[in-house]
Amino acid sequence: MALLELEKVDAYYGHIQALRGISITVEKGEIVTLIGSNGAGKTTTLRTISGIVRPRAGSVTLDGRDLARVPANRIVSLGIAHSPEGRRIFPRMSVKENLEMGAYARGAVDLTEDFDRVFGLFPRLKERITQVAGTLSGGEQQMLAIGRALMARPTLLLLDEPSMGLAPVLVELVFETIKDINRLGMSILLVEQNALMALTVAKRGYVLQTGSIVLADSAEELAKNEMVRKAYLGEE
Amino acid sequence: MQVVCPGGSGELVAAALIIGLSNGALIALIALGYTLVYGIIELINFSHGDLFMLGTFVALTVLAALGLEGGAAETPWLALIAAILAAMVFCGVLNMLAERIAYRRLRNAPRLAPLISAIGVSFIYINIGLFWRGPSPIPFPDLLPDFEFVRAITGADTLITFTTKDAFIIATAIPLMLGLGWVIKNTTMGKAMRAVAQDREMALQVGIDVDKVISFTFLLGGLLAGAAAVMHGLYNGNTVFTLGFTAGLKAFTAAVLGGIGNVTGAALGGFLLGILGAMTVTCYGGEWENVGVFTLLVVILVFRPTGLLGEETPER
Repeated sequence: MALLELEKVDAYYGHIQALRGISITVEKGEIVTLIGSNGAGKTTTLRTISGIVRPRAGSVTLDGRDLARVPANRIVSLGIAHSPEGRRIFPRMSVKENLEMGAYARGAVDLTEDFDRVFGLFPRLKERITQVAGTLSGGEQQMLAIGRALMARPTLLLLDEPSMGLAPVLVELVFETIKDINRLGMSILLVEQNALMALTVAKRGYVLQTGSIVLADSAEELAKNEMVRKAYLGEE
Repeated sequence: MQVVCPGGSGELVAAALIIGLSNGALIALIALGYTLVYGIIELINFSHGDLFMLGTFVALTVLAALGLEGGAAETPWLALIAAILAAMVFCGVLNMLAERIAYRRLRNAPRLAPLISAIGVSFIYINIGLFWRGPSPIPFPDLLPDFEFVRAITGADTLITFTTKDAFIIATAIPLMLGLGWVIKNTTMGKAMRAVAQDREMALQVGIDVDKVISFTFLLGGLLAGAAAVMHGLYNGNTVFTLGFTAGLKAFTAAVLGGIGNVTGAALGGFLLGILGAMTVTCYGGEWENVGVFTLLVVILVFRPTGLLGEETPER
């Protein structure tokens, strides 16, 4: 059984249908990527999984458990953490407090190990621990958003555009970290505009166009696919 | 001194300063209720002043039940504490109920809807007050000793009066404000409040029960209004069902002055408003009080539209 399974999911923003019969699976330990242009429904897919958008039809299951009736704030306790589009760190809280908020659902537990793990991946955050998060650079905020998600000790990590707005050097770092996190045993569903990078770290991928999946294959095959190369890898 | 304050001497100004501090502490406590709620759901809770008014009535009822409506020979501290606690719990719980019944369902509606709903709740409270105690002002028992510290200590005959009442207000209001600050900064619930205020959707994602946090915020605001209600009664010696309108307006002004949504700002705005009001009364006469207060508001908002401590929140 797949860790995460979306089956024929329809979702709407108001009257506009954003997802049309999306079916996706993520197996334990996998990195799966969703690629597609702006407005294709990638972010909506992640928001549907984390309970912010409710599917109008179809089902979302985690480990066989239906998520449709789980309130959005209980999703994280079931093992899904979301590093959302635009990072959405808590701007007027310190780096430390942001990380603590990531572990909110776990209650009053000792977080030393979790802090060590996040600081191991992102030493920069340790230097900035008392700084107000809103004053961090874009790259640091991205690290914080990922770090905050890790504090929940998820089994599945949803990453939305982790490379957006980052200098190339930082993009490399973020993707290296994604591989590291995956090695720690976490499954990852990665949404990226940077399809080339996404396909190098992912095992499988789906291509979305206007709310539908038009291609699903191994990352290797997708990277060779002519349509993908033209549309998303910038080749003529 | 004559230039700024044609009506008064330095002594009068000092006297006004003390009155202003006490009044300001009361305004600040109510203002905190506006700012807490606005900070978390961007609602101007129009009913908050009237909640405060009902708090004075609850305190009166408790004191009457204890046989103290006519006053007492000695200060009945235990009864006062009971009245404060009763008014705090009443206002806190009622504020929570109002949120649950009148605002929660409208949380994702256009901004005007919960605002109108709050005005409705305000009218309900006012009319409950009217029905409960009638239209005339009701005397509030004079239970605090009228000991004047300045005269007693210096022995001089002075206009500057710092009485037990002032001391009582300061000694209750300041710890309440510091306590609130501590709760917001250090407790799990306080951190959750800040998270919800800064990004409600992200707060949900990290597992915060947003409804519970919003309820808690209304509870806190109500608790402070309840405490302020009892102190207002003891300090001013009366209450009336329309009390909430002026008190609410002043407190809301204080919250805006300090930067609505900012807790320190609300406290600061309250004190500023109280002091400025008392100064205006002393120097120019009572009819100028609101002119002074609202001129200050306009001037500050023209130069700092976000209020004294308000920050321009960056769009995400």
